[in-house]
Amino acid sequence: MALLQISEPGKGTLPHEHRNAIGIDLGTTNSLVATVQSGVAKILSHENQNNLIPSVVQYQTNTILVGEAAKLNQDDDPVNTIASVKRLMGKRFSDIATHTSSNNLSDEKSYIGIATKQGTKSAVEVSAEILKKLKTIAEQHIKDDILGAVITVPAYFDDAQRQATKDAAKLAGINVLRLINEPTAAAIAYGLDKKVEGNYVVFDLGGGTFDISILRLSKGLFEVIATHGDTQLGGDDFDEVIFQWLMKQSTHDFQDPQLKQKLKTLSKNIKEKLTDNEIVSVEHSFNSSVNIKTKIDQKLFADLSQHLIKKTIDATKRALKDANLTIQDIDGIVMVGGSTRMPVIQKIMRDFFKQDLLNDINPDEVVALGAAQQANMLVGNSNDEHLLLDVIPLSLGIETMGEIVERIIPRNSTLPIAMAQEFTTYKDGQNAMMIHVVQGERDLVSDCRSLAKFSLKGIPPMVAGAAKIRVTFQVDTDGLLSVSAQELSTGVQASIEVKPSYGLDSNQIKTMLESSFQLADEDKENRALAEVKVEAMQMQEMVERALQQDQNILDEPEIKKINKALDQLRESLKNNDRNLIHEQIDQLNNATQYFAQLRMDQSIKNALTGRDIKDMKL
Amino acid sequence: MAITLTKQAAERAGKYLQSRGKGLGLKLAVKTTGCSGMAYVLEFVDKIDPNDEVFESHGVKILVDPKSLIYIDGTELDFVREGLNEGFKFNNPNVKDSCGCGESFTV
Repeated sequence: MALLQISEPGKGTLPHEHRNAIGIDLGTTNSLVATVQSGVAKILSHENQNNLIPSVVQYQTNTILVGEAAKLNQDDDPVNTIASVKRLMGKRFSDIATHTSSNNLSDEKSYIGIATKQGTKSAVEVSAEILKKLKTIAEQHIKDDILGAVITVPAYFDDAQRQATKDAAKLAGINVLRLINEPTAAAIAYGLDKKVEGNYVVFDLGGGTFDISILRLSKGLFEVIATHGDTQLGGDDFDEVIFQWLMKQSTHDFQDPQLKQKLKTLSKNIKEKLTDNEIVSVEHSFNSSVNIKTKIDQKLFADLSQHLIKKTIDATKRALKDANLTIQDIDGIVMVGGSTRMPVIQKIMRDFFKQDLLNDINPDEVVALGAAQQANMLVGNSNDEHLLLDVIPLSLGIETMGEIVERIIPRNSTLPIAMAQEFTTYKDGQNAMMIHVVQGERDLVSDCRSLAKFSLKGIPPMVAGAAKIRVTFQVDTDGLLSVSAQELSTGVQASIEVKPSYGLDSNQIKTMLESSFQLADEDKENRALAEVKVEAMQMQEMVERALQQDQNILDEPEIKKINKALDQLRESLKNNDRNLIHEQIDQLNNATQYFAQLRMDQSIKNALTGRDIKDMKL
Repeated sequence: MAITLTKQAAERAGKYLQSRGKGLGLKLAVKTTGCSGMAYVLEFVDKIDPNDEVFESHGVKILVDPKSLIYIDGTELDFVREGLNEGFKFNNPNVKDSCGCGESFTV
């Protein structure tokens, strides 16, 4: 006999029409699956034992092991065992130059190949194996059709990474109800949406990713106002810190893959022991000749991880700055991810925000529980409704002269949004304009990601700067961007729709944000240089055109003087010396002053010739 | 006759009500549908209908509308675990036959 769960008032379902939905936290280190039964979200465990399913897949000759079984065998066959595959999702080989892996990775152009006993696998295929496992666990508990799943992704995941996650779910036969950001799921699990208002920080330090999000709640409206983080920072890095330190404690080089893997496992164990112990003694013999005997305490661990801790604090500060908030504005800090158990992290966050942390829900489970609640709501089992607003992760803009990016929609704008800006022509008689849509925080087009290009044709001939072209950017709630350009005097129009997920080169996006901060000064210099170059070229063109038309009004020495200044300006453009170009612009200005005056006199003369003084309106 | 909860069912229901943060009790009802004619309904209650019969068992209020009561009077609601699946089970003395899935029945 089928067992019943308690429904919300009026939400009871007919037999065989139960709306079962699950929430999945597809993590770098561990994955979890949860569902809501009788109004309560709970983790569905593997054989009623393990809530956390290690995100580890082992390809053997005839079988594929997933989870605990794969993890247990990891040390014996590291080459065919894939852990932390989430780091490879939506990435290309060129993105991971510094990635340390026990696997044999290969460049498969659009994705990274992982060599296994069962052939070359992609990150999507490996993730699909983990998702299949989670689906099987859920089916064992629910014993009924599962309508769909909400899968969580780091707030920082770009479109390619989100698409890869969806593809993996499809491959596993899971209907994706929605992808939601991990911090948002955590906030739902803590019931923050049921509060009246407030600003909350969600600090999520998982196995492989770090996210910091700031959520604003007002009048039941749940809005993500800022996100920051690092797709390459997590518990793995703290393991690595201990791993590197342990290596130095031994004379052995640990080049052998099996030994290396064993040392990695040991490093992780030491880190976990440091959660509940002030000091951990290490005594381990790898084989008869390789032994390690040492100890580590909280202080040493904190010192060794100083660079990692600084990254989390820096990102927190940036997110606060983006949100225009100070620590006094923050009403609560939600701790998410197993790595937030580390005393060193708890302390640093408590000290930074000067308040206690929200950490009473198991930090490993909180995201999956929130995802299950969201899934339950999406299939219509709940009478509550959250209104989740998403933000644009990276700014959107267009290319202007000199390959400079003009931002139209700044990052962290809430969706949906529409913004317009007016542009003009650069040359006299210019009758078309190329609109190049880019995404990113850097000032130069080459440092941003190109999304689309289209041209506006049929601009009536006018002098440079006279045409008014309005460019409108619109992003709907699904993140679909449409860009339109309209010349205002004639109304001619062109537009394009962009779905950033498809067929686009996304290998730059992950570093874009970080580099935009690190390289802000360089960007400023580049922008200034590009601007002065545009000015110089405009000037040069103007003078050349004037010479063509009115050379006859000048005498030979004057022409020579102007040509010399022109040559010098052209020469200066070959270098990237901003001051020199400025100087040459000034010189050309000086050299053409007399010429400009003559032309002015001439045009006035032309205008007056043959006209009666009485006709002139003065 | 009456509607009762087993101790396990009452404990579970109490826990769910508590974590839900609101609710007066459980509503038991039948709907005329399903593969064998009738189906059970089990819901949280936020508002008591004056027509409903109110029972109390192990401290949990149970509400049943008079029409449904005819079909489920004497029912004991249990909470059981079957393998990895757990949930509520109606032990209804009025049932003559139920469909394979056990979610709908005839009297």
